[in-house]
Amino acid sequence: MVDALVQLLDATIRVSVPLLLACLAGLYSERAGIFDIGLEGKMLAGAFAGASAAAVSGSAWVGLLVAILTAVFLALVHGFASITHRGNQIVSGVAINFIAAGSTIILGQAWFQQGGRTPPLSGPARFEPIILPGADALRDVPVLGIIYSELLSGHSLLVYVAFLMVPVTWWVLFRTRFGLRLRAVGENPAAVDTAGISVTWLRYRAVILTGVLTGAAGAYLAVAQNAGFVKDMTAGKGYIALAALIFAKWKPVPAMYACLLFGFLDAASIRFQGAEWPLVGRVPVQLINALPFILTVILLAGFIGKAIPPRAGGVPYVKER
Amino acid sequence: MAEPAIQLIGINKSFGAVRANRDINLEVERGTIHGIIGENGAGKSTLMSILYGFYHADSGEIRVGGQPTAIRTPNDAIAAGIGMVHQHFMLVENFTVIENVILGAEGEPLLNKSIAKARSELQRLERDYGLEVDPDAVIEELPVGLQQRVEILKALFRGCDILILDEPTGVLTPAEADHLFRILKMLKDEGKTIVLITHKLREIMAITDTVSVMRQGTMVATRRTAETTVEELAELMVGRRVLLRVEKGEAKPAGVKLSVKNLTVKDSRGVVMVDGVSLDVRAGEIVGIAGVAGNGQSELIEAIAGTRRAQSGTVLLDGRPIDVTGHADPGELRDRGLAHVPEDRHHVGLVLAFEEAENSILGYHDKPHYLRGPFLDIDAIHADAREKIAKYDIRPANDRLKTANFSGGNQQKIVLAREIEQDPDVLIVGQPTRGVDVGAIEFIHKRLIAMRDQGKAVLLISVELDEIRSLSDRILVMFAGRVVGERGPDASEGELGLLMAGVEKREAAE
Repeated sequence: MVDALVQLLDATIRVSVPLLLACLAGLYSERAGIFDIGLEGKMLAGAFAGASAAAVSGSAWVGLLVAILTAVFLALVHGFASITHRGNQIVSGVAINFIAAGSTIILGQAWFQQGGRTPPLSGPARFEPIILPGADALRDVPVLGIIYSELLSGHSLLVYVAFLMVPVTWWVLFRTRFGLRLRAVGENPAAVDTAGISVTWLRYRAVILTGVLTGAAGAYLAVAQNAGFVKDMTAGKGYIALAALIFAKWKPVPAMYACLLFGFLDAASIRFQGAEWPLVGRVPVQLINALPFILTVILLAGFIGKAIPPRAGGVPYVKER
Repeated sequence: MAEPAIQLIGINKSFGAVRANRDINLEVERGTIHGIIGENGAGKSTLMSILYGFYHADSGEIRVGGQPTAIRTPNDAIAAGIGMVHQHFMLVENFTVIENVILGAEGEPLLNKSIAKARSELQRLERDYGLEVDPDAVIEELPVGLQQRVEILKALFRGCDILILDEPTGVLTPAEADHLFRILKMLKDEGKTIVLITHKLREIMAITDTVSVMRQGTMVATRRTAETTVEELAELMVGRRVLLRVEKGEAKPAGVKLSVKNLTVKDSRGVVMVDGVSLDVRAGEIVGIAGVAGNGQSELIEAIAGTRRAQSGTVLLDGRPIDVTGHADPGELRDRGLAHVPEDRHHVGLVLAFEEAENSILGYHDKPHYLRGPFLDIDAIHADAREKIAKYDIRPANDRLKTANFSGGNQQKIVLAREIEQDPDVLIVGQPTRGVDVGAIEFIHKRLIAMRDQGKAVLLISVELDEIRSLSDRILVMFAGRVVGERGPDASEGELGLLMAGVEKREAAE
């Protein structure tokens, strides 16, 4: 029983990580007033670029770096469209999603001829699980031992980084000058402008951070959780991350809980496929798979109270006239 | 003699084809309060935004304390000791006071230290200038008067010697405005230089040492306040003689058109804002409701006009009831001859993103003469809009221009033209001249008097007591949701002021 539960929670953590990284990515951008529906596309492009670079170089680290650079590039495209040229942020984000979905398949086929996949990664080309000290020795301690050795230990580096990013993001947002300005520019850019701070540069920095984190999310998917890129491997995670961001009301710690909740549903849906339930019998796989999305709709439809987005969100900053 | 605090030399600024500032020269002496007065759109705010580095002048020179100073960004202005309180506050509404104060002037990369420093600095400013405000209060929960104080604190916190205030009293109650003026005088005594932009002549006379008048982008005159008069300044602003007192004949009131009985209205928080108000408005008279803002006037007219639900009471329009406690429909009321000029033209009266012509028929767009079958008759609408533009002297005379690009006075004329030209029997007008310049005020007042003389019933609310006194045939005073008195148009300002403040006075001869 404990074993099963720990395994389920362990899976929850694994599938939550890309959600969490993407959600925090979106948090930086949206807190600065730039809506980003293109998290999905940046994550996908990052996953593809990361897997390709890792396959060619044989180094997971090179994969991570290239994934981040690729996602940052796309983030800058979004910034150029929506900050510099004051374009529609939704249109720009959707365009990035389309570009990522299409180009990863085309480039993957052109470079590797494996039907859009990248070559399987192994050894140093992948992020290996990190065994925490004493994990093996403590395995036999009842309950706590299995929690430590199975649940906390044995994840890849990016898992720990993702969860560490939660307090770091909180600290940056609420305890630093940069965070104060970032939050201010998402609420009232004119106040930031008249205080003598560049709105444009501030928003670009936020967008770059979004790129870094979505790149890391992509790299985790293709270079750590899986051993290579598969087409459409993000499978809507960028959108779920956006839902989690709204659910968490743009706050880092609730964002983590929201991502864990969605991750748990995802993990549970995999685990309970085909299982017999008391009273209802066998539940169709499709229904189980749809659960995270159904929950998203229900939660966003009113269970979370009023979620007030950053007031200047989605609105390009134009001085009067 | 000391160098002037500010010298502007030959400032020019154009927005597209519009020359907002042309060859402006201005000198402001150190330690004085200098007023800049002019109609809306005269270029006052543009000039000050150039001084604050928010806009760049096309040409010209700025000297601060005698030194030529390049001001390209607000940062340069702040470094030169210039602070500005904008007309629309530049505050982050869900931040606390102290967060707003330090924003951009944090000094340290980490907030803990900068907040601690700011806290002691705020205490000093509070002690020195009486600028009391709770540093941990959230901005959106503060009244506008205190929000403005935060703006002043922001400027002082950055160590400004020169403080620019753009239309600071537009959002304030008279008491708040008086308090602001006391603060400004105190700042002046401390040696600060203050530039006050306004279009209210009375403020200029009350507080400034010198005054400059702007008209259509040029600086037309500078006077010592003590050596000028309200009449002279008004004439300089508008370029012609202005009637500050409306000329009107005797009212000839006829039958009751609008009758309100025991109307009670609660606001969204459930607080009773209108408490059993009864009043009648007859054809051919203007009934003015005076009162300090927030005493239920707004809720009263909204309930009558069908945009806010009343809890109880009856309203009769031409003897027939309006369903004020149920589903009163503003559209239906328009059909029944009740027109409403709402107080808040930006959010309720107009869609600012629409073209002028679209706004000039809004709410009446389903009238047959604007329609061709199921479609809008665009030609008829534009012809109609151009007619109104000519009749109401709306400037610029361009019915295709986005409404947001008109000045406040012209926007108000668009709303008034729309409502008046439908020839209603009853006109409810809220704050007809708020944020409107002197020339347009005169025009609007004349139109309202003309409505009265045509035998229409007009119900007017305004926070400008002068306006109530000069237009109304009968004055009702509201205080705390009740009508606390009725006076004739010749009632003195002092008498009305006492009623507005809720001081009951028994009259011997009734």
